[in-house]
Amino acid sequence: MAAKTMEYVQAVNEALREELDRDERVFIMGEDVTHLGSPYKTCEGLCADYGKQRVFNTPISEIAITGVGLGAAVTGMRPVCELMYVDFAACAMDQIANQIAKIKYMFGGKAVVPLVIKTQQGGYVRQAAQHSQSLEAWFMHTPGLKVVMPSCAADAKGLMKTAIRDDNPVIFIDHKELYNLPGEVPEGEYLIPFGKADIKKAGTDVTVIATSLMVVKALSVAEKLSKEGLSVEVVDPRTLVPLDRETLTESVQKTGRAVVVHEANRTCGIGAELAAMLAEDAFGYLEAPIQRVAAQQCPVPYSKTLEDAMLPGEEDIEAAVRKVMEY
Amino acid sequence: MKRKKTDLLRIYEMMHRIRKFEFQALDFNAQGLVGGSIHLYIGEEAIASTVGHILRDDDYICSTHRGHGHVLGKGVASDAAMAEILGKETGSCRGRGGSMHIADRDKGVLGANGIVGGGIPCAAGAALSIRMRGTDQVSIAYFGDGAANEGAFHEAMNVAALWNLPMVFICENNLYGMTVSINESSKEHDIYKRAAGYGMPGEKADGNDVLAVYDLAEKAIDRARSGGGPSLIEFKTYRWRGHWEGDPLNYRTEKELTDWKKKDPIPRFEKVLMKDYKLTRTELDTIEQKMTEEIEAAAKFALESPYPDPSTVMDDVFTETGVK
Repeated sequence: MAAKTMEYVQAVNEALREELDRDERVFIMGEDVTHLGSPYKTCEGLCADYGKQRVFNTPISEIAITGVGLGAAVTGMRPVCELMYVDFAACAMDQIANQIAKIKYMFGGKAVVPLVIKTQQGGYVRQAAQHSQSLEAWFMHTPGLKVVMPSCAADAKGLMKTAIRDDNPVIFIDHKELYNLPGEVPEGEYLIPFGKADIKKAGTDVTVIATSLMVVKALSVAEKLSKEGLSVEVVDPRTLVPLDRETLTESVQKTGRAVVVHEANRTCGIGAELAAMLAEDAFGYLEAPIQRVAAQQCPVPYSKTLEDAMLPGEEDIEAAVRKVMEY
Repeated sequence: MKRKKTDLLRIYEMMHRIRKFEFQALDFNAQGLVGGSIHLYIGEEAIASTVGHILRDDDYICSTHRGHGHVLGKGVASDAAMAEILGKETGSCRGRGGSMHIADRDKGVLGANGIVGGGIPCAAGAALSIRMRGTDQVSIAYFGDGAANEGAFHEAMNVAALWNLPMVFICENNLYGMTVSINESSKEHDIYKRAAGYGMPGEKADGNDVLAVYDLAEKAIDRARSGGGPSLIEFKTYRWRGHWEGDPLNYRTEKELTDWKKKDPIPRFEKVLMKDYKLTRTELDTIEQKMTEEIEAAAKFALESPYPDPSTVMDDVFTETGVK
C-alpha cells in the first residue's frame, strides 16, 4: 500500500476530514476548535472547510460538551466531542462514567451511543499537575467505554476512523508529545480494527508492553539493547478496551519475561491490570516476576528536575528489562 | 383558555394511571419486591400528565429519579414500567435499569436518572440533534429544585440559550431536595428567575392546577417547536411521600402535608371538569375504574413475568459494531 509521511497531528486531522466527508451525521464540538483548530491543531482548518454547523466551539463547559454529545448521539448523530485536556474529564466525569458509559446497558440495550470523546494527555512538557495526567485507567475501569491510545501517526488515523464509525462511546486519547512525530501513513481508506495489538518490534528475550508515548520510549530502549544482543519485543495494545489479551499473552508465553510500561501513576494503573492478566494467563511460562514501569505516586510536578524524576524515562524501562533478564 | 374535552379527559386518565401506578409500586415496595429505593410522584401528577399530553410521540424527555410519572406520561406502557420496577425481563429496560432508570428510546424517553441533574445536558443534546436533523421535534428536561443547584443545569441552560435549542427546561419545584428544604439550599426560591441570567424566558405556574400547567407548558413547547428557542418553566408542587420510601420525614410538618393535600391536583381538576366541562361524576368514575383495572393488570403482569436469566448479565454493555 502506498504511504506518505506526515506528523501524527496531520493524521488525526485527515481522519476527521475523511469521516466528516463520509457521513453528514458526524460533527465536532469542543473548546477552541474553530479559530485555534484546538490547541494542538488536530482540528485545524476543519471549521473553515466544513462550516460552523459541523465544527463549532462550545463554552468552557465540560459537562455540557459531553452530556450534549450524549443526547445528540442517542438521537441519531455521531458527535466527536473534544476535551482539550484529559484532566478536564474530571469536570465531566458524571456524564462520562454515569451517563455515557451506562445508558445502553441501563436501557436494556435500547440505545446506541456513537460518541467519540477526543482528548490528549501526558507530561514531559512542564504543564504541571492539572494538565499532565494520564487517566486511561479511569476509563478502562468503567464498563461501557472503549479506550484508544495510539502511539504513531498511522495508528492514530486508522483508529480515529474506526472510533467515529463505532456505535459505542470511545475515549480517544492522544499524547501531546506525539503530535509532531512524523510517521508513514497508508494512503486511501485506512481503518484499524479495535482489539488488535500491534507488535511494534519483534523479539525473543523479553516482552515490553507499552502504550502511547511509552511505545516510542520502549522502542528506543529496545534499539539500544539490541546492540548488546538483547532481543526485546515491544507490543502496543493500541486499544485498552477492547484489549487483545491473546496477542499480549502469546508474546509473554514466547519470551517468558514481561515489563509493562505506562506513564500514569503506578497504583491501580493499567499495568496492575495487565500484570494480573499475564499472571493468570502465562504464569507457567514466566522466567521472572512481571515488572511495572510507571510514574511515581505523586501529582505531576512542575519543575523539570522533579517532573523528570516522577515520570518514567527510558532509563527506567531499561532498568526493568535488565532486571527481568537477571532471572 | 377553553380546552377540548377529549384532551382534558386524556390528561385526567393519565393522572389516575400515574397515581394508581405509584400506590401499586408503594404496595410492592412494602412487600419487599422492589430493590433499592423508589421515589414516588404522588401529588405531582398534573405536571407529567399534562406535559406528556402536549408532547408528540417523537419528542424527547430526560427525566429524574422521581420519574415514574414522566415516563408514563410520555407513553411508556404501565405494565412494562411496573415490570421494570420489579426487575423483570419484560420491563422496559429488561430489568437492567429499575425504578431510577426507566427508559424507552422508542417512546422518546431518554431515561429517568439516578444522578440529580444528570439528564439535563442529554436533553440539550437531543435538542441539538433535532436542529441538526432539521425536524420539528422538541426535547424536555425535567428536574427538581434540587437539580437547579447542580452545574449540569447551568451548563445546559447556557448552551441551550446560546444555540437557541428547541427544548423546554421544566422545573418541578416540590420544595425539598431529599431532606433539605429549599430554605436551606437557595436564597431565591423562584427557580424560573434563573432563566433571565441565561437570556431565555422563564415563567412559573401552579403545578397542581392542570389548566395552569397546560397553558404554560403549551406556550413553552410551541415556542421551542416553532424555532423560538428554549424556556425555563417552573411548577410549584409537592410530593406527598418522602424523598424515598423509608424517609423518616422528620424535616417537614404534618400540617404542611395536610395543607398540600387540600391542593390535590386530581379533585381540583375534577371540579373544573364537572363545572366548566359538564362532565358527570359517573363519567369520571368510569375513567378512574378503567385505570384501576389497567394497573391491576400491570401488577399481575409484572408479578408473573420472569426475572432475567443470569447468563445474560453481560448483554448490551456494548453495541455490536460493523467495523472489522
